[in-house]
Order: sequence, then structure tokens, then C-alpha cells
Amino acid sequence: MAFDGDLTKSTAAALAAAIKAGDVSATEVAQAHLDRIAKVDEKVHAFLHVDADGALAKAAEVDAKRARGEQLGPLAGVPLALKDVFTMKGVPTTCGSKILEGWRPPYDATVTRKLREADVVILGKTNMDEFAMGSSTENSAYGVTRNPWDLTRIPGGSGGGSSASLAAYEAPLAIGTDTGGSIRQPASVTGTVGVKPTYGGVSRYGLVAFSSSLDQGGPCARTVLDAALLHAAIAGHDPLDSTSIDQPVPDVVGAAKLADVKGMKVGVVKQFDGEGYQDGVRSRFHEAVDQLRGLGATVVEVDCPSFDYALAAYYLIAPSECSSNLARFDAMRYGLRIGDDGVNGVEEVMALTREAGFGPEVKRRIMLGTYALSSGYYDAYYGSAQQVRTLIMRDFDRAFADVDVLVSPTTPTTAFKIGERVDDPMAMYLADLCTIPTNLAGNAGMSIPVGLAPEDGLPVGLQIIAPSMADDRLYRVGAALEAALNTTWGHPLIEEVPSL
Amino acid sequence: MPAITREEVAHLARLSRLDLSEDELVHYAEQLDVILGSVARVSEAVQQLGQGQDIPPTSHALPLVNVTRPDVERPCLDPAEVLAQAPAAQDQRFRVPRILGED
Amino acid sequence: MSTSTVNLPSYEDALASYDPVMGLEVHVELGTATKMFCGCPTGFGADPNTQTCPTCLGLPGSLPVVNATAIESAIRIGLALNCDIAEWCRFARKNYFYPDMPKNFQTSQYDEPIAFNGYLDVEAAGRTWRIEIERAHMEEDTGKSTHVGGATGRIHGAEYSLVDYNRAGIPLIEIVTKPITGTGEHAPEVAKAYVAELRELIKALGVSEARMELGQMRCDANVSLRPHGREKFGTRSETKNVNSLRSVERAVAFEIRRHAAVLDAGDTVVQETRHFHENDGTTSPGRVKEEAEDYRYFPEPDLVPVAPAREWVQELRGTLPELPGARRKRLQAEWGVTDHDMQSILNAGAVDLIVETVSLGAAADQARKWWMGELARRANEAEVDLGALPITPAQVAEVVALTAAGKLNDKLARQVIEGVLAGEGSPQDVVAKRGLAVVSDDGALLAAIDEAVAAFPDAAEKVRGGNQGPAGQLIGAVMKATRGQADAARVRELLLKRLSS
Ligand SMILES: [Mg+2]
Ligand SMILES: [Zn+2]
Repeated sequence: MAFDGDLTKSTAAALAAAIKAGDVSATEVAQAHLDRIAKVDEKVHAFLHVDADGALAKAAEVDAKRARGEQLGPLAGVPLALKDVFTMKGVPTTCGSKILEGWRPPYDATVTRKLREADVVILGKTNMDEFAMGSSTENSAYGVTRNPWDLTRIPGGSGGGSSASLAAYEAPLAIGTDTGGSIRQPASVTGTVGVKPTYGGVSRYGLVAFSSSLDQGGPCARTVLDAALLHAAIAGHDPLDSTSIDQPVPDVVGAAKLADVKGMKVGVVKQFDGEGYQDGVRSRFHEAVDQLRGLGATVVEVDCPSFDYALAAYYLIAPSECSSNLARFDAMRYGLRIGDDGVNGVEEVMALTREAGFGPEVKRRIMLGTYALSSGYYDAYYGSAQQVRTLIMRDFDRAFADVDVLVSPTTPTTAFKIGERVDDPMAMYLADLCTIPTNLAGNAGMSIPVGLAPEDGLPVGLQIIAPSMADDRLYRVGAALEAALNTTWGHPLIEEVPSL
Repeated sequence: MPAITREEVAHLARLSRLDLSEDELVHYAEQLDVILGSVARVSEAVQQLGQGQDIPPTSHALPLVNVTRPDVERPCLDPAEVLAQAPAAQDQRFRVPRILGED
Repeated sequence: MSTSTVNLPSYEDALASYDPVMGLEVHVELGTATKMFCGCPTGFGADPNTQTCPTCLGLPGSLPVVNATAIESAIRIGLALNCDIAEWCRFARKNYFYPDMPKNFQTSQYDEPIAFNGYLDVEAAGRTWRIEIERAHMEEDTGKSTHVGGATGRIHGAEYSLVDYNRAGIPLIEIVTKPITGTGEHAPEVAKAYVAELRELIKALGVSEARMELGQMRCDANVSLRPHGREKFGTRSETKNVNSLRSVERAVAFEIRRHAAVLDAGDTVVQETRHFHENDGTTSPGRVKEEAEDYRYFPEPDLVPVAPAREWVQELRGTLPELPGARRKRLQAEWGVTDHDMQSILNAGAVDLIVETVSLGAAADQARKWWMGELARRANEAEVDLGALPITPAQVAEVVALTAAGKLNDKLARQVIEGVLAGEGSPQDVVAKRGLAVVSDDGALLAAIDEAVAAFPDAAEKVRGGNQGPAGQLIGAVMKATRGQADAARVRELLLKRLSS
């Protein structure tokens, strides 16, 4: 029996089932997505590198496995777009930076290895803000990614390529990383689902570090269940990552299937509403909260006063760690080298290479971090920021003593225009206002689409936040809300992409 | 507190090995001044919200301690593969520009 | 540029006006099987870059995981140095750019070392000095650069460098003393004795071979001077990477003289790092940095804190071997030797040789006699360390056993040792080949006695008459006849018996 849907518009769950049942081959699925990429990526520019050979080889392997009668995993043969911040042996990994142009890592990230082991078909590497620093993917050294909903708008960032690939039907699944919102904010502005797992839930081994204490890899998809399937595939303890939690992965797939909020207590974060929030974002957000009430959840308002300072703390902690993490890009062992003329000493070559190889946002953050860690400024900046982190964790603890999950808009506005904020770093940074507290506290967050803003017709995202290692609650709430909204609209939000 | 000068930016650039142009020095001085002016609120937050309590800094949200590995060998990389990625190599070593004299 | 010794005051003159203050920082490479933060092997002498992985090469995306054995070794070192062991401590990043250092930060410990507040007692100049330990912390080593072009192997004038990262990430323990004051003229000697004692301790713990010639242990020596009677310390210099005991002593002595010259001239000492030159015993300044180093330490976010359980620390305390100082005291008592003799044994590097010889059955006084007498003399002649002589404690024990059994006398034993040293085989082999065994056949001895009596009838008559004086002449004749291979005591016994009957 042949698969009767559009392969590229199908969910990952449906594709996996069809491949397993023999309704369609993994090779056909991979080829359909490669064709779609060939057709639309010129406009979207979600990918930095398409690994057609690798993808088709993996698909053929899956088909052969099935032919031999071997058991296939829950995502076997499903295509995926990998953010270019994860190493993949022999495949170019640039992190959106000139300084890593041409680098082919000699090793696989743990996430990459797990995807391979799950027989997921990796289509290629997606565009991103350089070293994951940004909220618009405009900071990529390889050009901007465009939002499939409106090609003049940003797809969010830093993982704009991953989310745009989903919204453009180039892949049903994608991997992102979220340091201050880089999975959730792009998900929000592209009408897709993105999850930042609990810090330590997904291994960071092979994830090129931006801010080690905040970075977390996670799943991106078009549905909550697909995200859960991917989450389950990549999560789990990794002895190669000292900050990996050695506990069983919460049953996220079960929770997504449960899709029930009856009896749950939902807290609406008081700080993330009002001034600075687009009207359409607020209205869709509040409608969604009403839906949750209608589904049997209790809704209360929660006060988290420290959240007003989260952005400031983040823009000290993340740059501080990045200034150190990015020191290794020095032209000695890999990547770009500029100015090695036999006259320049090693210091000049390092400085010339880093000057040429890093973009303005990366340089800005490196210097900001260097400043914050300098003797004389450390206590006032880095030290105080770490104290604010303590306050934020206390606010979360207090909140979660009373509620099961917190909700807020994912980002204050819908997708803004390309170029609109590039010269105003502070305005750009506001895009992560609501997502940052979760990174600082290490707990789990999800963004799901909750409709289109009436004024611009662009997707609005709702953020769900759960305590550490209670990631399953995200899926329970997200799946319930998704089902209710689909019923309301008569179809999933992301059924049509206007501009493609 | 801020009001960061061009000279301070030049110092930061030297510390972080960035060969910034004159224009960049001026431009970053302006931008860093704005950003630092804004993020300096963290000290104020600690005073206002901390209300005189002891607030320890949190460098990591994880409650983990004592994560170690046994002293057991793992496979190394093939040096040929590693050096193939280097900007310059010689005699199975990374070739780097001259290091300014220590003696 | 090296400071010449020509214009420096003599050591005695320097000490006449100033008190030296020292601070010693010793780095020890641990002898773990794998590196500090990755599973690469640590073996010495491998081909370049064959002992590397993403982590110790600092490849993008790589992460560190702490070697459990390195932590254990650090705690054991801390305990042996009488330190407190932190209940909770962290790694930090020390940020600076250097091509040897793959991440351009060193993962080290900053304000939270694993061990702190200890001491080590050191013997020097005839007394005990308590050297207080500020801290012992864990960190990682860097790679190794070879400089090509220009003067051979020197960094200065090189055209380029080649880097091998095999050593990058090998675990190091850095042991830092508190300021060492009050050593006066003995400062260089105390510094050397401290490093020597520390090396013995590290070896006794079995955590490192601490071979200074291989860079497994290296010392940074901080020296400053203050005028007699002044409380405040002077400005210090830090002489880096001094890698032998003798060099530690020489570097400290040189810096004392150099500082004195600067201060005598009314100038101020510059706080700087310096390099020691083995060839002429001088130091020269390191590269002058345009601006003060700012390492921007912060807690390493890729690692979690180390919080050694108190029970575990107690357990480790129980595994400490007898430490060198205590062992020396015990041996001295067991051997019944004076402080002076013990010091000679130590200086000769004979302690372990004697202990081993005794453990193979030799009496302590005999073992000591041979090692500190005949063998020490021969080592001296050959200008080698005692331990480098081509004779083993087992062979010495064999010589002692043969002597005790009456099969060798002292004179023969010396010949046997000469044979062993000449490569003629084991003591038994030498005895056989050279025919050196004591003549223990009474018949043969009696025949020789009879010959002697016949040859010296006057002497024999006197002995018969009760005057034993001339017996020596007769014994000598017997010894001569047996080419020294007779047991003189037995000869005397047989002779007296013969002449009394
Ligand atoms: Mg050190
Ligand atoms: Zn390694």
C-alpha cells in the first residue's frame, strides 16, 4: 500500500510508521525532502550544507534493514536537519562562522551519534547566528535565513535555519540549541514547536560551546508528538559530558500522547505581559490560556520579580563564558589562518585571524565578556549576574512549589523585518526576554504555536516552562493545547506556508 | 559605572586577540557603553531583591558534584586525520608562526 | 640578556645586609594512566600527537571529564603534606593565549584548591625547617613546542614552531609554599632540601616518578630580599621551570645576589619572571609584558564541583605509606647510627640500597659498612652515584652472607666486589673464577702451620713458653702461604692448639 499523503508535509511519526509498514521507502522519503530543499532553499536558505550522499546512504541502510526484517526504531528513516553547531565526522561544521570555514570535524557529537544510531536520516547542516549568538540568524557569516511565512522577515535565531527548514517543509525534524532562547524563539516566529530540555538532559559533547552553563541541545518539529519522539532519541546520560544528568529521561512521548491538563495548575508569569508586547501576541497568548482553563487546568498569576533582571544577567554570563570558550579559535590547530607571512609572530596571526574570522556580534560579546571577567569589574558584573541567577532560581522554586508549569508568550513580538534591529543590539536582545530565565535556572521550556497575530498574520508562540527533569509536563500541556487549537481552527496552524 | 573609553576597548581587544580597526574601536566603545550601562542593573537587583540577605552566586544551575571517569584509556584520534585539518603541519606536528621570545 | 655575576656582591656580602624570603611553587606531573580530563594515555616518548583526542586538542565541541585517580592522588598528596582537604572545591579557567595551550585557557584551580594549609618538615644545615604549604591544587599541563630556525631550539630568533600536544592535559599538582622566612644564609640549601624532600614524598606516595630531568617535576622559585629587621617583604622575582635540585639551589643563590646588587645601588627590584641558565648559573628576565597579566579566572562551567566525602578522605589517609621523614627516623633508630652518620647515608643516596640489602638478609651494620665504605669510595672514584654502580643490593647481601659464613674475609670480600664491579658475574662466580674462597680445610692449614713453625723455630718456642706476642709472625707466614685466603682467626686457634700440645 502506498503512502497517500504529501511526504514533505507529513509528520515524523507518520513517516516512521509508513516506512516501518513498507508503504514508502526511506529512500523515497529522503529524496522527496532533498527535492524540496532543491526547490525552496534558494529562497529560504535554511541549509549551509546539504549532505545528499550521506542522507541517501543512510536511507538505503534503513531500507536494507527493513528488507532483512530487522526491527526499526521509532524514527528510523525520518529526515532531519542538524544545526551547524554539532560536530558530524567528516561533514563541514562552521557554526555560521568564517573562522571555521572548511573544518571537517574528526568526531561525532553525542547527539549526532544518537541520531545515527536511531537511523535518523541527516539531510545536512542548518544556518545559524554565528556561534549561536543572535536572535535573527542575520549574524551568520553565510547569509541570512528567511522566514517561510514572509521572506522579508527573520526566522528567529540563533537556530533560524532549523526552524525555517521545518516551516518550509524541507525537513520534518530538526535539532537546535538553546542558550537564551535559540530553539524556542525561532519556533515561535516560524509557527513550529521547539523544546529546550532540562540543562543536562541532552549531552553537550560535540556541541560547539557558546555559553557552557546555558547551552542545551533540543528537538524542533512541527508537532508536539514529533518533538517528543526526537527528544527521546537524543536525551539521556552521557559520560563524556560532566554536566549530563544520570537519571532516566522523563517519559516525554507518553506525556505527548496523554495530552491532558485536567487537574494541572498553570502559572501565568506576571512579568511577561503588558508594555513592550505586541497586541496580537498578547491576545493569542491569553486566548490560549483560556483554552487551558477550558481543558480543566487551574490558572493563577505568578510573580517572579527577579525575571526583570534576567536579560541583564544573561548578557553578562553568556558573554563571559563565550569570551573563554571562543579563545580556542586561534588559527593554530584548525580553521582559518590569516597573516602567516613568516614575519608576523603568533600573537599577530591570532589577532588578525580572529579579527577577520569573527563577525561583529561575536566580537562584541567576546569583549563584553572579557570586560565582565576583568579584575576590578568581576564582582560588580559577573559576580552580581551569578547572584541574580540565584534569585531567579529562587523565584522558580517558589513558583513551582505552587504550580505545575508556568506559561508566557515565547517572545514579545512576531517575526520582525530583516535588518530592522541589526544596528541596535539592545533591541535585538529583547527577543529573548521571556526565554532567558529558563536557561539561567536550567529548567525545561517549550514553545508551541498558538495562532497568528491578527495585525500581521504571523505566528505567535506560547512558552511552557517546567521544573528540571519534569520535561514530560511540557509535552502534556503542549499536546493538549495543540489538539484544542487544531480543533478550534479546523486544521493545524502550520498547514500552509504563505510565501512558498 | 561604565563610560567605557576607546583605550579600554583597545585593551579588551588586545586581551582577546582581536586586531580591531580604528573605526571598530570607536564603534564598540559606544555600543559596549550602552550595553554595560544596561546590564549594570544586576548589582541593583541584588541590593533591591536580596534585601540584605546572603545571596550566594550560582555559576551553574546543576546540583551535581563529583562527576569523574575511571583512569582508563580511550582511543585517541588518528594524528593524520587531525593534522589534515590544521592550517599548517610538519613532522606530524602543528606548525605555528614564531612565538615571541621568552629568553 | 643574562645578568653577569661579575658586578654582583658575594653571597656572604648580600646576606650581611638582607634577609631572603622565598616562595616555592612546584609542579608535579601525576603518573596516572590517562590525562586529567580525557582518556588519552600519558606514556613518555610516544610519536608526536598520537596521544590526543578532541578534548586535549581543544577541538570545538569537546568537553572535559575529571580523572578520578588524579583527584585521589591530589588528596593523598594533600594529606601527606598535612593539609586540610577541601569539603567542596571547583576547577576554574585561567585565560591567556599561548599556542601550547589548546583551549587558550588552562583548567586549573583558583581560590578553591583541593588541599590547603599544610606543612613539610625538611632537614638542612643540621636542623629541621618547617616549610608551610599554602595550597596544593590540580591543573593540566600544556603541549610542547619545538622552535625551528634561528639559534638551535631556542625560542628567540626562531622562524616558526612545531607543537606536539601529547603532553597537553597531563594532570599536574601544583604545590605552593607560604613565604619561607628566617632561613638566612641557608635559603638556597633549604630550597633544595624542600624540593628534594617533596620529591621523596611524591615517590613514596607512588603518585609520580617525579623525575626532574624529564620535566615530571619542576620548580618556580620566588625570591625577595628585605633589609634586616624589616617586616615588609621586598619585591619578588619568579625564576621559572628550574628542573634539577642543584639548579634550585643555584637559582636562589644567584637571585639573592642579584637582588642585593639592585638594592645596594638604590634601585628597585622589578617584579618579573626570570629564566635560569644551567651553563653559568645565572638568570635572565622573561619577556616584558606591555600590560599586567589578567587571567580572568572564573569557575569552569564544563565541570561540576569536587566534594570529597569525609569518609573517603579518612580512608585515603589510611592508605598513606610511611613518609620519608618518619621512615628516616625509624631507620636511624633501627640502625643505631648518629645524626651525622644518617646524614652521610642520606647524602650518599644509600638509604634505599641499605634497606634493600638488609631485606635480603644482611645485618644492618654490615650492609651499611659495605655501601658507605668500599662502595662509596669506588662510586666517588668513578664519579657516579652510589646507585649507579654496577652492583645490586642482592649481590652485596651475598657478599655479606659469604663473609658471615666464614667463606670470605674482608680482604677477599673486597676482591669479590671488585670482580662484580668489573662485570665478572655474581659474587659466587667471582669467588669461583678467581679462586678466592677462604681455606677452611684444617688439614691444609695445619700443614701450613707446621711449615711456619719449622721456618720460625724461635718464635714457636716463645709461644710454647706462654708468650703469645710472636704468634703474629707465625700467623702472617700462614696467611702468606695461603695467599690470604685463610681465616686468620681459625689459623690463630689452630696454631695455639698446636704449640700447646
Ligand atoms: Mg599553575
Ligand atoms: Zn585526549
